[in-house]
Amino acid sequence: MKSRILFLAPLLVFAVLVGYFAVGLTKDPRILPNMLKGQPVPEFSLAGLQGRDDKGFKNTDLIGDVTLVNVFGSWCVACRVEHPFLMTLKEKKLVPIHGIDWREEDITAGPDWLKRFGDPYTLVGADPKSHAAIAFGVTGAPETFLVDQKGVIRYKHIGPINQKSWNEIIHPLIKKLREEKGS
Amino acid sequence: MTAELGHFTLVLALFVAIIQASLPLIGAARNYAPWIALSKPTAYCQFVLVAISFASLTHLHMVSDFSVLNVVQNSHTAKPMLYKIAGVWGNHEGSLLLWVQILSLFGAAVALFGANLPPAFRSRVLAVQAMIAVGFYLFILLTSNPFERVEFPPLNGRDLNPLLQDPGLAIHPPMLYLGYVGFSIAFSFAIAALIEGRVDAAWARWVRPWTLAAWMFLTGGIALGSWWAYYELGWGGWWFWDPVENASFMPWLAGTALLHSAVVVEKRDTLKGWTILLAIIAFSMSLLGTFLVRSGVLTSVHAFATDPARGVFILALLIIVIGGSLALFAWRGPQLKSGGLFQPISREGALLFNNLGMTVAAAAVLLGTLYPLFLDAIGGPKVSVGPPFFDSVFIPLMIPMIIAMAIGPFLNWKRGDLIPALTRLKMVFLLSMVAGAATWAAEMDGPFMGVIGIALAVWLGASTLTELASRIHLFRASPAESLRRLGRVPRATWGMTLAHFGLALAIAGMTGAGSWKVESIQTMKPGDMVNVGGYEFTFDGAEQSKGPNYNIVAGKFTARKDGKVVVNMLAEKRTYPVRSMPTTEAAIHTMLSGDLYAVIGDPEGDDGGYVTRIYFNPLVVWMWIGAIVMVLGGAISVTDVRHRIGVPHRRHAPANTKPAGA
Repeated sequence: MKSRILFLAPLLVFAVLVGYFAVGLTKDPRILPNMLKGQPVPEFSLAGLQGRDDKGFKNTDLIGDVTLVNVFGSWCVACRVEHPFLMTLKEKKLVPIHGIDWREEDITAGPDWLKRFGDPYTLVGADPKSHAAIAFGVTGAPETFLVDQKGVIRYKHIGPINQKSWNEIIHPLIKKLREEKGS
Repeated sequence: MTAELGHFTLVLALFVAIIQASLPLIGAARNYAPWIALSKPTAYCQFVLVAISFASLTHLHMVSDFSVLNVVQNSHTAKPMLYKIAGVWGNHEGSLLLWVQILSLFGAAVALFGANLPPAFRSRVLAVQAMIAVGFYLFILLTSNPFERVEFPPLNGRDLNPLLQDPGLAIHPPMLYLGYVGFSIAFSFAIAALIEGRVDAAWARWVRPWTLAAWMFLTGGIALGSWWAYYELGWGGWWFWDPVENASFMPWLAGTALLHSAVVVEKRDTLKGWTILLAIIAFSMSLLGTFLVRSGVLTSVHAFATDPARGVFILALLIIVIGGSLALFAWRGPQLKSGGLFQPISREGALLFNNLGMTVAAAAVLLGTLYPLFLDAIGGPKVSVGPPFFDSVFIPLMIPMIIAMAIGPFLNWKRGDLIPALTRLKMVFLLSMVAGAATWAAEMDGPFMGVIGIALAVWLGASTLTELASRIHLFRASPAESLRRLGRVPRATWGMTLAHFGLALAIAGMTGAGSWKVESIQTMKPGDMVNVGGYEFTFDGAEQSKGPNYNIVAGKFTARKDGKVVVNMLAEKRTYPVRSMPTTEAAIHTMLSGDLYAVIGDPEGDDGGYVTRIYFNPLVVWMWIGAIVMVLGGAISVTDVRHRIGVPHRRHAPANTKPAGA
């Protein structure tokens, strides 16, 4: 009898492991904890894109309205996928979108890309040396930050935004933040 | 057309595998010879079909057929041919195809070389192999089809991950997979034995060469992987306790334990249930390795495929294969009768001690690897378990094992005597103490672990040589007599001697690089000099140039010792424009006493200055020399004729003929 239990033990250990794996699978490994969530946006000041404007883009620009800060690059395939959706957001005028043009090897690559496919951004800063990207803790492009009226980061989206993530997370959050302001 | 051919043959292979998994098993149970005999041709057939499928995918990559999604995502016309081919298994879908290719290769090998196995047993083994294959074919065809077409073929592909564009990594996965998948044979033998309810010395003799072969490939694969990490990641490190590294290390630990316990089954007819369990665990760890890497359940720098849908499939596969086999073990295991009893102080005792150490070590690595997952599952924070945990758990486990490893071969079977064994190791003990003391004197400021490591390496290495010397009566008999005895040492014993000695060398290498690595990170302008590990490194400036599919910044260094030039070194930083990703090509000058290692980073300032990292890694090359010696030991042991006898008939088996199409 005792030895029967001994022979059964490996199966029981495995059963416990499977339980953990099953729970682990329900969690998306791409959701990284965002250390900056609930923190004010880091201080940054970027030059504007060549030939677009010379306003530049800095952290103080983010105070006053709920905004999206989108990290992109002309080299980034997923950004190209995300781009048409950002254009529809711009057309609907739901929220201002600012851009950080990240890690361009050629200073004209970003502005050319926007000229060719359309420009969904209000302000764009060029960040070839990753100064702002590092301050924001960007892990890859595209990445989008939702910033509230006081300039506090409320949400970080990794990967392209699409209709689903907009409807389910981002848009409700924007509406909530605007209502809070109103009350 | 090629893609459809590959897809179609893979579907055919699935159906052949279904036949191979079912009919021979029923035939063996009912003793119906025609169905038993079916296992051999189906195994060959499966291999040929998968080979056609694999060749098709390889061809698609070689000609850069961008109408196939897999090629688009992982290839580029500018990529050198070697990496076009390596790109076949440098991605999720292709690596799985390689997995089943090797699985079917092993199946065909059992069919071909298994002439000394009883036919019913062989057909059960092959049926179990085919069951695993069915699972993997379904996985590939349903979730990870490498032959999927794209609707609008692009002009060019997205290139292979630049980190993987390296000759070492081109052969690393096939090697590792030969190891992983090789354990499937030991697993199938174990399941077949459980079905028959019989494990004996003959079984252990059959299973040993297959396990040895898998162990050799895995050892080689792990060594190659650590070598790649060493020169490609550019941090001078060679082992990071990354989940993917752990995934290959756990089956290695379990497989090493299995090799040793199979010896006990063969010689002493005991530890049977345990050996069967180890065979199941070794392969389960291999499957788990695949799961951990492929499912995205754990993220790591290596994970190039993360997709939860596939994860669910793999989890189901794991439950069926591992859960099923452990259930069979729980049901049939208690019926295995164990023979000989033995004293704790005996050869069996030492081997069992080895087994416990290896198993506990594997469990510790498993725990450390999965701990972040456990914590995440119960809602804890995302953490990663790093080297401090593994070092502090693994090293103390290994120390008593290595001490015992030196003594074990001196003990007799059944009932050993510790005192004479220790008496014979007196000189070895003294030698290791002297080596430890000398190390301490030379490296006063270094970690004490270094002293222990060197003493252990000498203890193990010298005792292994002493054992060989006493076996051939060196200095006790005439030199001619010793030489004659040396010629008669069985190959399996040579295998042990070399493997243990190789480990001693590897311990020395790991200790050196782990304890006394010198690191220096700085900004250097042309002409600047730094002193690292007793060598003066001068930075001679950097130049830019172009490779086939990347841009190069090449930094030149001159290393001098006592004013004399030792070597001119060229460290490269490559940027791959397609993926906008840099890789480092460290400049490494290998010497037996240690490696000079230089890396060039980003430019700093406007006057030609660069961030540079320079290392001196003492003794590190011995780690890989040790691994080579270990693999060599395995290779010699595999060829031991004793693995092939034990069954009276077929003395002149055509063991050397090659399979058709191999």
